Amino acid sequence: MDTNDSLRLASLWHSMHAISQQLSPTTGCAGIELLQADTFDLHCFQSLTGTKFFVVCELGTLHMEALLKVIYELYTDYVLKNPFYEIEMPIRCELFDLNLSQAIQKDRIALLGR
Amino acid sequence: MAPLAPKTGDAVFASIDRVNAELFTLTYGAMVRQLLTDLEEVDEVNKQLDQMGYNIGIRLIDEFLAKSNVSRCVDFKETADVIAKVGFKMFLGVAAAVTNWDAEGTSFSLVLEDNPLVDFVELPDTCQGLHYCNILSGVIRGALEMVSMKTEVTWVRDMLHGDDAYELRVKLLKQVPEEYPYKDDE
Repeated sequence: MDTNDSLRLASLWHSMHAISQQLSPTTGCAGIELLQADTFDLHCFQSLTGTKFFVVCELGTLHMEALLKVIYELYTDYVLKNPFYEIEMPIRCELFDLNLSQAIQKDRIALLGR
Repeated sequence: MAPLAPKTGDAVFASIDRVNAELFTLTYGAMVRQLLTDLEEVDEVNKQLDQMGYNIGIRLIDEFLAKSNVSRCVDFKETADVIAKVGFKMFLGVAAAVTNWDAEGTSFSLVLEDNPLVDFVELPDTCQGLHYCNILSGVIRGALEMVSMKTEVTWVRDMLHGDDAYELRVKLLKQVPEEYPYKDDE
């Protein structure tokens, strides 16, 4: 996926998430958390500040909420603490990318080892 | 997945990396001193410290939420307690006390007996109007703004001005609804 694809997916998701909140029959709905499609699952986590994180994975992959929580912590550590990161701008922080791929790698090993 | 249990301020404080307290205190002191040299006016320095705090607060809130696992507060009273007991403890290493609620429950005071920012500080006569810790009020204002609360934070008591404790007054101005600003009908 290139940058444009990411942006397209993110903006599409953002709108769907917002619509789902309004359509939901329950009050105080925080939006879609899991989208199950024929070929993939999409797990979404929204922090209380409104930043959304989502992961697209194979059907039925487990522990994605925990992974998203880890990613949120990485975001606060390696993105928000980088003084040269401008808030609400695309993330271009090498340390974040590095730690993110390590977290995912670790997650995959944990899954395969099961 | 069940939501993770919220952690106490002590637990988070123990789990994150820290720097030497003196390095922190002296760095802050050097920064305030440099601002005084650059801006010359004490009022301007207060304003600048508040702005810097605000910029820190809008980023710090996410770290706070990510690491403390606190969930949405049901009311402003809970918010106050969380700031005092978890927030202050986590980032400053000291807990604050919540007192002096007004009748409407929209403003309260945070009282700090101990404040690591001021360990070696004596204010000279020329800086009597300086709110040395004004960065803290900015941090609170910035952090609360990111979770949709507009607040006004002011200093009531300051030990550097001869009071017996540090007291910050936090006043809730308005709660901004989180709905997206879609104007469907317009």
